[in-house]
Amino acid sequence: MNAHQQATGSAYNIDTTKKERQTHTLAVIAENQPGVLARIIGLFAGRGYNIDSLTVSETEHEKHVSRFTIVTTGTPSVIAQIKAQLDRMVPVHSVADLTVEGNFLARELAMVKVQGAGDKRVEALRLADAFRARVVDAATDSFVFELTGKPDKIDQFISLMVPLGLVEVSRTGVAAIARGPGVLKA
Amino acid sequence: MADEEMMTGAEMVLRALADQGVQHVFGYPGGAVLPIYDEFFQQEKVKHILVRHEQGATHMAEGYARSTGKCGVALATSGPGATNCVTGLTDAMLDSIPMVLLTGQVPTHLIGNDAFQECDTVGITRPCTKQNWLVRDVNDLARTIHEAFYVATSGRPGPVVVDIPKDVQFAKGKYTGPKGVTVKSYQPRTAPDAHAIEAAVALIATAKKPVLYTGGGVINSGPEASKLLREFVALSGIPITSTLMGLGAYPASGKEWLGMLGMHGMYEANMAMHDCDVMICVGARFDDRITGRLDAFSPGSKKIHIDIDPSSINKTVRVDIPVVADVGQALAAMLAEWKKRKVKLDETALSAWKRQIDSWRAVDCLKYRASKEVIMPQHAIQRLYDLTKDRDTYITTEVGQHQMWAAQFYRFEEPNRWMTSGGLGTMGYGLPAAVGVQAAHPKSLVIDIAGDASVQMTMQEFSTAIQYRLPIKIFILNNHYMGMVRQWQQLLHGNRLSESYSDSLPDFVKLAEAFGGKGIRCSRVADLDAAIMEMINTPGPVIFDCEVANLANCFPMIPSGKAHNEMLLGADISDEEVGTAIDAKGKQLV
Ligand SMILES: Cc1ncc(C[n+]2csc(CCOP(=O)(O)OP(=O)(O)O)c2C)c(N)n1
Repeated sequence: MNAHQQATGSAYNIDTTKKERQTHTLAVIAENQPGVLARIIGLFAGRGYNIDSLTVSETEHEKHVSRFTIVTTGTPSVIAQIKAQLDRMVPVHSVADLTVEGNFLARELAMVKVQGAGDKRVEALRLADAFRARVVDAATDSFVFELTGKPDKIDQFISLMVPLGLVEVSRTGVAAIARGPGVLKA
Repeated sequence: MADEEMMTGAEMVLRALADQGVQHVFGYPGGAVLPIYDEFFQQEKVKHILVRHEQGATHMAEGYARSTGKCGVALATSGPGATNCVTGLTDAMLDSIPMVLLTGQVPTHLIGNDAFQECDTVGITRPCTKQNWLVRDVNDLARTIHEAFYVATSGRPGPVVVDIPKDVQFAKGKYTGPKGVTVKSYQPRTAPDAHAIEAAVALIATAKKPVLYTGGGVINSGPEASKLLREFVALSGIPITSTLMGLGAYPASGKEWLGMLGMHGMYEANMAMHDCDVMICVGARFDDRITGRLDAFSPGSKKIHIDIDPSSINKTVRVDIPVVADVGQALAAMLAEWKKRKVKLDETALSAWKRQIDSWRAVDCLKYRASKEVIMPQHAIQRLYDLTKDRDTYITTEVGQHQMWAAQFYRFEEPNRWMTSGGLGTMGYGLPAAVGVQAAHPKSLVIDIAGDASVQMTMQEFSTAIQYRLPIKIFILNNHYMGMVRQWQQLLHGNRLSESYSDSLPDFVKLAEAFGGKGIRCSRVADLDAAIMEMINTPGPVIFDCEVANLANCFPMIPSGKAHNEMLLGADISDEEVGTAIDAKGKQLV
């Protein structure tokens, strides 16, 4: 049933899509056991939530703890539901909404392959320098640049590279951490 | 006894079950669980009940759990055994029933190879379990089983699965006892926040038209919660309604009882919900069967919501005061606060509110056209109630009109006496659930109020009842239709009764006899009481074929897409009105 096409009625018809949507960055600390990633992804897929970006890696080997950074978009009530649904999962230790808690750093790494020769090649190198992108591979007619930064900086770099011969991009997705001395507890 | 003994995985399973105090396991053997079955053979502490279909095992475990407050346990083999359990797991998930399902799996070295009877059990059951585990190392097995019990029974209860490869069942390892096993990442909050309790009591103290809306969470919290609820109602004088899942927490004979609310709930309960100024939701979750049209749901009230699961709060309805806690603990705290402040509600306002409620009650929403010839289904439940109410009775149901009539006309005085599939609405739940209840309460009268269609879904478990001499009574309201489907077709689809006639019904009396039980048929009003007494007095399992009016509709009803104060009442309604009750928009809803 397509909820968008219906007028108000029962619970099936609450059209939350119209209310103001916000993007939030969540940090989730969970047990590093098989199936946790599947459970989290299944939650988003099964309940129709958005995943803009998801990264995960073990952060404390001895404690078997992984950290997920999830960037998601939704109305305030959907964001609240997502956090509550994540938090009640058995293997999840804690959920922090970095967007609500205030100042945080969000960084992403990208590798960008550009093909070309002549002026375009020179221009690509010049721009890479301005963005502090490193050349990690070079051939006579191609470069691979490595760039870290905020996602919008990476977006910007990529769009500048398009006319200069961009052929391939690989991005890690966002990792995020709060500024200041505060620590996210497991 | 040493807490760390060496034994095989299969031995560990039995030992862990015994250490968890499990007395009954509902299961079905197969290649991938043979080592566990071999252990069953060699011990006497845990009784195995052999079902006829694994879905039956899961519903039995649910009935067992719901009627005892303990965790239900089921066992199935790999592949088809495991997939047959998916419905029961989902049912338990939606109704928050604690259940541990153990499944066999192909040996670890074959996992991922499409081996014979291999399926990705943890993958398939992930969305319908609270948590699940594939145990690859025998040294993790005992602890995982204990963790499974901890997870299933703590916080908001639910089903869990432990998948055990066959080689792990054969391997030897160290057994760990249940003592102190918990899950560090899962420590649900049970004690209420003191400020939230103060705010809740302060709000209730200002109420002029309060109502308590309670649910299955009260039952799940345990008998103490029901006691506290009764005390709170007695002290405050607040009228109380309940969801389908919460029936019995407050007695139907209680002074403040409004009856069940929701789609087929009582007119007075729904009207009170709609018009109240303070709503106290206790262990319920604003399900769509309860709220009706959401933007017209109790528009003028402030709302308090007590729930152990934070994700239930503000999910569909925004509340003013959330209280995340175990229901029993929250009620205890509210009572203490109430007494400390010596709260007294505005007497004049409260009695005006109750007069208003009485005027709604006077509508007599359960009224139906009685008949001297055919047995009206409502009448059948009323007689069943009258003839069983003074006994030690447990009721289960299937899904359909009979389920709603049972909820409306059977009156529950105690918690844990009413087992029904609320969230998932699983036809075929009631018969196996009754077997599970009867296994836990061998001396009690256990009745499955059934429909002619539903009962055929898990009919084979009657054989289980025969085998274990579990004297369940299957009381079929036989209307020769999938009545609830037929009613919706009449309401929504121009009375075109597409595929809702129960054609080629078996002769239920002969069927009972074929299984080795007793069959009773009754089709005349005059014979009904004697026939019911005969059923009650039969020492073994009975199928009672109660031939009822074929085309009766279940009212009152909030049609889909309508608000609480737009209920359809039954007695005087014409077929024309039934046919046009739901508009085009409502027809798209379920
Ligand atoms: C497993 C399953 N399949 C289908 C349905 C949809 N359904 C709901 S009620 C109903 C008819 C039930 O008929 P019956 O058991 O005869 O009960 P009655 O409504 O006549 O009392 C059906 C098909 C369901 N709830 N469960």
